[in-house]
Order: sequence, then C-alpha cells, then structure tokens
Amino acid sequence: MTFLGMPAGRGNLTGAPFPEAARTALKDAQLRRNLAKATTTIRAKRAGVVAELPDWAELRAAGAAIKDQVLADLDEHLVRFEEALTARGTTVHWARDADEANRVVTDLVLATGTEEVIKVKSMATAEIGLNEALAAVGVHAVETDLAELIVQLGNDRSSHILVPAIHRGRAEIREIFRRHMPGVDPDLTADPRALAEAARKHLRHKFLTVDVAVSGANFGIADTGSLVVVESEGNGRMCLTLPRTLISVVGIEKLLPSWRDLEVFLQLLPRSSTGERMNPYTSVWTGPTEGQTSHVVLVDNGRTATLADPDGRAALRCIRCSACLNSCPVYERTGGHAYGSTYPGPIGAVLSPQLTGVVENPTLPFASSLCGVCYDVCPVAIDIPSMLVHLRGRVTEAKRTTPESTAMRALAWVMSDARRWRRFTRLGKFGRTASRHVPLPGWSVARDVPRPPEETFRDWWEAR
Amino acid sequence: MSARDEVLARVRRAKGPDQPPPVPRDYRAAGTREVDLALFAERLRDYRARVRVVPADRVAETVAEALRERGARTVVAAPGTPPEWAPAAIRTPVGVADLERADAVVTGCRVAIAETGTIVLDHDAPDQGPRALTLVPDYHLVVVREEQVVAGVPDAVARLAGVRTQTWVSGPSATSDIELERVEGVHGPRTLEVVIASHMMGGTDRNDDSR
Ligand code: SF4
Repeated sequence: MTFLGMPAGRGNLTGAPFPEAARTALKDAQLRRNLAKATTTIRAKRAGVVAELPDWAELRAAGAAIKDQVLADLDEHLVRFEEALTARGTTVHWARDADEANRVVTDLVLATGTEEVIKVKSMATAEIGLNEALAAVGVHAVETDLAELIVQLGNDRSSHILVPAIHRGRAEIREIFRRHMPGVDPDLTADPRALAEAARKHLRHKFLTVDVAVSGANFGIADTGSLVVVESEGNGRMCLTLPRTLISVVGIEKLLPSWRDLEVFLQLLPRSSTGERMNPYTSVWTGPTEGQTSHVVLVDNGRTATLADPDGRAALRCIRCSACLNSCPVYERTGGHAYGSTYPGPIGAVLSPQLTGVVENPTLPFASSLCGVCYDVCPVAIDIPSMLVHLRGRVTEAKRTTPESTAMRALAWVMSDARRWRRFTRLGKFGRTASRHVPLPGWSVARDVPRPPEETFRDWWEAR
Repeated sequence: MSARDEVLARVRRAKGPDQPPPVPRDYRAAGTREVDLALFAERLRDYRARVRVVPADRVAETVAEALRERGARTVVAAPGTPPEWAPAAIRTPVGVADLERADAVVTGCRVAIAETGTIVLDHDAPDQGPRALTLVPDYHLVVVREEQVVAGVPDAVARLAGVRTQTWVSGPSATSDIELERVEGVHGPRTLEVVIASHMMGGTDRNDDSR
C-alpha cells in the first residue's frame, strides 16, 4: 500500500529533524521551567473542570463519532455547507493546497485596496503561511491575539496551539514591546496587566480603522452555514464585527453536520483547552451580517491525503484544543519549536507527517514515548499512540530503498510495539548505551536516536 | 478541473467505503435537568462578573443603582430594551465612534446557561442590538430574566436553533497569554455586570452584590 496517490500539503509543516531541534531545546533550562509550570497549571485546571461533568465519557464518545460521520461523508457535508453559505450571500472559494489558498486570499485582499489586514488567531492561516504571502504583495497582516502579537513582534514562531508565546517570560515580552511596538511607553513594566494594557492601546486603533479581517473557524455547521469562532480576549469579536470585509480560511475537516452537534463540542473544547467551563467569547455568524461582505476559503492542503489512510484519518477529528500538548512528557521538555511544524506536540507528530507525506517529516512519528496520556486526554478520543506506531511503519516502508532501511526497520520494530518499546527503554543505562551501538548507521550518527530516558515516563507514572 | 471539483473528487477517492456507527447521544441531553439559578450566579461570579439577583419588579431601580455606582454618564441601550430599565439611555442606533465615548451599555439577552455561567446574545433581536454595541464600550450591563436561564449547553443550543448571529459571553474579556497569569479586559468590555430578574424571590430583597 503506502502510496495513496493524494497530493501532499505544503506550508509551515516541516522543520529541522525532531531529534536535532529537541537537542537544542533541551539545553534551554528557562524554556523547560516555563513549559513545566504552564503545562502543570493547565493540566490541573482541565482535570478539575472535566471531573465536574458526570457525562464526560459520553460527550467524548459522541464527539469522536460526530467527527467520524463528518469524515465518512465529507463531500456531501462540504457541498451542503457551500450551499448554505452561498444562499446567505457568502462567496465560497476552494483551495487544493497552501499556495492556492494564499493566492485566493491575497487576491481578495488586494481587490479591496487595503494595505493592512487584522487577523484572528488561526491555525489554518499559520499552516499555509498566509502572513508571509500577504507581505510578499505588500500587505501587512496584524495579529490581534496577544500571544500571536508577541510572537509576531518578536519575529518568532508560535510554540503552542493555545498559548503560542508560552516560551517567553514577562521580561522578554516587555523587551519585545519596547523594541517593536510603535508608540509604546518606554517606562512599560513587566507586569502582565501593564503589558496587556499596552497591547490593548496598540490594537484599538487598528480595530477601528482597518477594514479587512482574516479569520479561521473552529467549526463550520454544514446544515446552517454557520461559522463559529471561540476565543477569550475579544480581539476575535473585534475582527469579526468591525471590518467591512471578512475572509475566513477553513480546513475542510472543520465541519459539523448539524447545529445540534455544537452542544457536544462547546462542552468538549473549552474544558479541554483552557480548562474553563466556557471560554469568554464565542461568535457565531451565518453569512454576511450587518452590512459586511464575507468570503470562506475551504482548504485541502494534505487533508484528503490524510483521509485516504484508514489508520491515520482519525487525526482529522482534532479540534485543536491542545490538551495532548499539555499532557505530553516529550512536549513538556522540548517545547513546540522542536516539532518544526505549525502543529506541535502529539497531534503534530501524527498530523504533520500525514499532511506533508511521511517522507517530508520522517522523524516526527518517533517523537514520542508512546506513554498514552495524549489519548486519555483527547476530547475526541484520537488514539495517537497507535497512530504513531502505524506511521513509524510507513516511515520504514518509505525508507526501504535507502541505506538506512535496515536500521530504521530495527528501530521501528522496537518502537512499533508498546510493550517491546517499554522493555527496551527499561534496559535503562544499558539501553542508552546500546541504543548508540545498535546498527543504526547514518541515522544515529547524523540525527541521534531518541534517547531512552533513565526512568521511563510510564515507570514514573506507575510509581507515583 | 476547478479547485472545487478537484478537492471534492479527492475526498470521494479518499473516504472509506464504510459507514461509521451512529452517534451515541447518551450524554445529558436538553430538557433532562433542573435549572439552578443560584449555580448560575455562582458561575458568573467565578468569572469575576458582578451579579445582582433581584425580584423582577425591581430591575429598573437595580439597573439605575448599578449605573450610578459605575459613575456612568453616557449610557447606550439596545433599541428594544424596555424604557424603564434605563430611561435616560440613548436608544437610537449609534456609530462606533459614539460607542467609544459611551460609559456603559445596557442590553437584554436571549438565553443563559447555569452550568457554565454563559449569556448568549442574539444580535437579530432588538433588545440585544448589533454586535458592536456590546463590544466597544468598556462596561456591559445585561439583564437576564429567570425564564431565560437554562441548565446546560444542550438546552441553550436547542433554544438557539435558527438564531443567526450570536455572541456567547462568559465573563469579561480575559487573557492568560503572559506566563499564564489571568488578566481581565484585553479588547472586549472589562466589566460585565449581570442583573438577574427572579420571579421566585417574592418580596424578599436579596440584593446580592458581589465584589
Ligand atoms: S489531538 Fe485531541 S487532545 Fe490533541 S489538540 Fe487535537 S483534539 Fe486536542
């Protein structure tokens, strides 16, 4: 099998091989402290609010099943969604890949004559590299989510799905603002309250004057043509309300069949994501409202290639809550940049290689200890560990013809079975020495084998 | 082939032949739980909203009192709000620049969710106004009638079917982007004040002001 014949996605989905990037990250003690504090805090909050719901298991099962329904008849749902949107006056565009999506959006923006657009935080536009594409035609895209703004002003990359600037401390953020935020008070302190206030002042004028906004969508409802954006700060509401032209970039897997399905996802998402009972603001709109012009761009970019693999397609259930990142012992130590893709953490390790094809992202399926907590916390029950194992097999197959093949197969053999891997890692120090000497020519020298830890996460977990 | 036809053709080639099992909906569905008004107030306070629970016939004076405490001089109300809620408020449609100068905005709501402390605004309804109304001013006072409060998210979704433009509000604007420390009020209103009009309270005066 393996060659599934569907064109791969492009954009910001690849980077340096994971082991290399992770090695750099592991040297950064400050980063590890920030991450550990953040993930521990969100984990505890999430656990608390999830435990409040007596029917969490039922909601999770329903969430997974609804998404599987969407994927099973995705063509029909897309057509219904398009019809509902068009009937309400929204113009629907389609894009085969990142380049095409960027072209559609830049053309729409250029046609308005604006030189600046305001943006609601969106994974899809980060994935396709829209800001860079807009810059290339002379349009400045202003990120309005505080964390995205910090990342943008710092000329940096996002490192977390939910809190993209989590790798930055308050002192660094103050420096970024003082250097790169026009008109900022030079006496700005590092108090989060003061920093948020500076961002409020900086963006207020943009909200009131920029006339084109770009958003993503958390959900698109096929039967009503509703778009749903979930956020906290109110920047999303500002962008969705005030500009006259609204362009929403939506991955084709974001649909829910019917309005009623929101009752499941508006319970699963906030609790899994920020650990709140509900996020501060959710905007729902159906077609252009209050005199706006509205466009929706439906993007494939490797999603159909992912859909084509029966053992991998469940990755498309993902609602980008980031619970798997916050629970992952590997993410907690390496941070998001090590994954080299817009999608970091456990979901990134299975989604990115599928979107790009495993040949472009051969190390990500190995960026895991297969401990399984990501599966436990996932609100749509994506079995990430099994999928990693499956993708490891596909990497090996893809590499069969290369000199690395034997080594990769040996590694995959060990890694493709949770018990085998556990036994291997439990060899402890011996295992670590052995891992440098098992026949992994080329691979281990150039890229480093993921080092079995002194104590495996599972041992630690079970011993607690 | 157009991008549309090609993406749809790819989807048809990629999707499996099998129908997945039907969606199990044995979670707590709409209409299966009692509404708990006290829980609603508690959840709102958890988000640091200001909450006052009063008998329905005392809404007008409570709104006036809240606006007085806020020191609000220029008050805008959604055009369809009852005149007695805020007699001196501007009820004609106003532009964004005027909203920038307003001290307070007063609206009703469509539905509210006890379990999550959420208030849903239906922007097609005259007493809730266009979206900018409750977004630009720094202080939003919303009146919730007891019969608008439902138990959980499914109850709200059931009541909202067909409503076109909505904003679900749970507390004031907030961010946790800097070292995960919660800061209220980044771009939306920094203060959310909720007056709950209760029928059950009879004559008891429970002016339940928090913080
Ligand atoms: S894979 Fe699951 S836990 Fe991870 S971001 Fe997606 S939905 Fe959330």
